[in-house]
Amino acid sequence: MSRAAPLRLLLCAGLLGLAGSAKSQEIFVSNERDNTVSVIDGATLEVTRSFPVGRRPRGLTFSRDGRTLYVCASDSDAVQVIDPDTGALRHNLPSGEDPEQFALAPDDRTLFIANEENATTTVVDAQTRKVLAQIDVGIEPEGMAVSPDGKTAVTTSETTNMVHWIDVPTLTAIDATPVGQRPRAAAFSADGRMLWASSEIGGTVAVIDAATRKVVETIEFAVKGIAADRLQPVGITLTGDGRFAFVALGPSDRVAVIDAKTYKVLNYILVGRRVWQLAMTPDETRLFTTNGVSGDVTVIDVATQRPIRSVKVGRFPWGVAVRPASGTSERSAGAAP
Amino acid sequence: MLARLGKRQGGPLRATPRRKACGVGLSLHGLLWLALLSPARAEPLAIHYLERRVERPTPLNNEDPIPDDEGLKGAELGLKDSNATGRFVSLNFTLDSRVAAAGEDIRAAFRTLGERPRFVVLNAPAEDVLALADMPEAEGTVFLNVGAPDSRLREADCRPRLLHVLPSRAMLADALVQFLAYKRWTRILLLSGPAPADALYAEAVRKSAKKFGARIVAESRFDPQGGDTRDTALREFVLPTRGPEHDVVAVADEAGAFGANLVYNTAAARPVVGTQGLTPAAWGRPVEAWAAVQLQTRFRRLAGRAMRPIDYAGWMAVHALGEAAVQARSTDPEKVAELVLSPRFEVGGFKGRPLSFRAWDGQLRQPVFLLWPGAVTATAPIEGFQHHRTELDTLGPDEPESACRAFRKPG
Repeated sequence: MSRAAPLRLLLCAGLLGLAGSAKSQEIFVSNERDNTVSVIDGATLEVTRSFPVGRRPRGLTFSRDGRTLYVCASDSDAVQVIDPDTGALRHNLPSGEDPEQFALAPDDRTLFIANEENATTTVVDAQTRKVLAQIDVGIEPEGMAVSPDGKTAVTTSETTNMVHWIDVPTLTAIDATPVGQRPRAAAFSADGRMLWASSEIGGTVAVIDAATRKVVETIEFAVKGIAADRLQPVGITLTGDGRFAFVALGPSDRVAVIDAKTYKVLNYILVGRRVWQLAMTPDETRLFTTNGVSGDVTVIDVATQRPIRSVKVGRFPWGVAVRPASGTSERSAGAAP
Repeated sequence: MLARLGKRQGGPLRATPRRKACGVGLSLHGLLWLALLSPARAEPLAIHYLERRVERPTPLNNEDPIPDDEGLKGAELGLKDSNATGRFVSLNFTLDSRVAAAGEDIRAAFRTLGERPRFVVLNAPAEDVLALADMPEAEGTVFLNVGAPDSRLREADCRPRLLHVLPSRAMLADALVQFLAYKRWTRILLLSGPAPADALYAEAVRKSAKKFGARIVAESRFDPQGGDTRDTALREFVLPTRGPEHDVVAVADEAGAFGANLVYNTAAARPVVGTQGLTPAAWGRPVEAWAAVQLQTRFRRLAGRAMRPIDYAGWMAVHALGEAAVQARSTDPEKVAELVLSPRFEVGGFKGRPLSFRAWDGQLRQPVFLLWPGAVTATAPIEGFQHHRTELDTLGPDEPESACRAFRKPG
């Protein structure tokens, strides 16, 4: 049997599904080794379709209206602009070399892209497709986030071990906050007052006051029976009400649940192997995790903090984004709100 | 040769213009220097790279020769990375390199590094390492050994302020035997070459076999005696690899005098492991996980070749100093040395775990890869080998059995 046949079937099923229940939520997952994006139906929790994208897709995010999908195709050195319904490539955006993650500003058009291999952050206007600036940051920039007011962008640098603060109006780097070894993801609290940054090798999450740019809390993790150096924080998702933070802990195969006010770790949820990134549905009932080694996505029920399903996707699932229904804002990994 | 690699802000002229600026008034020159000397800009941390040039055998099978700048290029990349990081906190670093010729006195070479060099990345054989560490002039010097795998430098011959970035032979052999134990390939036929280093490697394999419950079922020696094993390998290796039932043939041939030709030429159909075949190493071409591919790419851009274990150690040595300075927020050598030598110091190294120097022997604890030229076959510590502190301490002598006393506080 050829590979194309089941793919086409899946695609048809997906389109039919879409026609049948237009409101059904969709979760998009980038498969780093397969060069594809898998689409999970939010109601049935099954993969309804997948489509090819550029090489080594990692970060992905949506426009506000959910009608445009942006994908960092790292080895194609491009950010791809894709029709999420058909998977068709509309065009590429100039992205700088090796784009890994990005964040879309609240203006719905300015993309801040971390260029892992050349220590810059590229700022692109998604509408005019022009590069607005390339900003020097530390070595191996990785995590990106834009503050809710759109005035500040941050990028983490994995080898320099800092959070770099970018003033959006002037597009210049204005400050750097040292954090634990190998910072990965960054996420602003909904009120924009705090920035959370995970340090994979340091094994910590730093909570930074966005006004003073000083670390106010360093959160550590401990799971019985797991060596401390396997607890490696990566993706971060915060709830809109400021109550909880969820942190993916890499090769410990756990997601930590943190009280976002007291910074106490409340729970560890067992998920698939080497959990990378997280994305929550806008109603904050479901959390989706990409598990790089087991090649699946774990669906977590947020209310009970329990895993309810694991969904097989492609090889090395990396990024995950929930497609916003028209008019709502979205929350996703590798693309902070 | 003495090469200045780092960007030097200020330099030896520094004191003069400053005095001039104060005493005579602000000349244009003075202004320029003042700008460079703004209070935020601290004195750079001076790192030295010292190497003993050693004679290397000609490659047998058209392998890439061991590059002349092995180690140095890694240190240079470490410097670049450290300065790229340092500029965000107004810290900077310099590196100069000195290579001692084959017959030269290494101590004389050390004396040319300047007065009281505080940090020396050292790529030299064990005798040189000890000669330097025991110099009265080196009393305040922290040496970072990137070239000598000798276990004795971490054991009976350890020295305070002598840190080892390169894994010891004991660590390499432990990694290999952990893998064999995991696979239950525990019956080892050990074949050693004639060089003293081969004997040390074989001894490390014996010790590791004992530690992890493997067995050396037979031992033999092979000396190519300058002969060309390429033509004779088909017949020549049958005899030395004939023996009681075994699972693997472990070879100890550090210089690569015959080991590559042993692969597929053993008497029984058994894999070759050790210095050739499946090889334990701190770094290698197929290493790509934990963002290692970024480091590999940066290195290839700088050096025009693949990164080798000694390059990795050179990079790691300078990176560790740079990281310590950033964590200490200072290039004050006192503060950097104190932090690097303290048990609370941790540094990333593209191996998926925090790395640190063991408090009892100065060895950098780190994962060791089991490589063949095509892939990373496994990464040690192998799952299942547990340790109460960190699994990394299952590689190499652990604190209770360490023969090193130099790091222990008296009383």
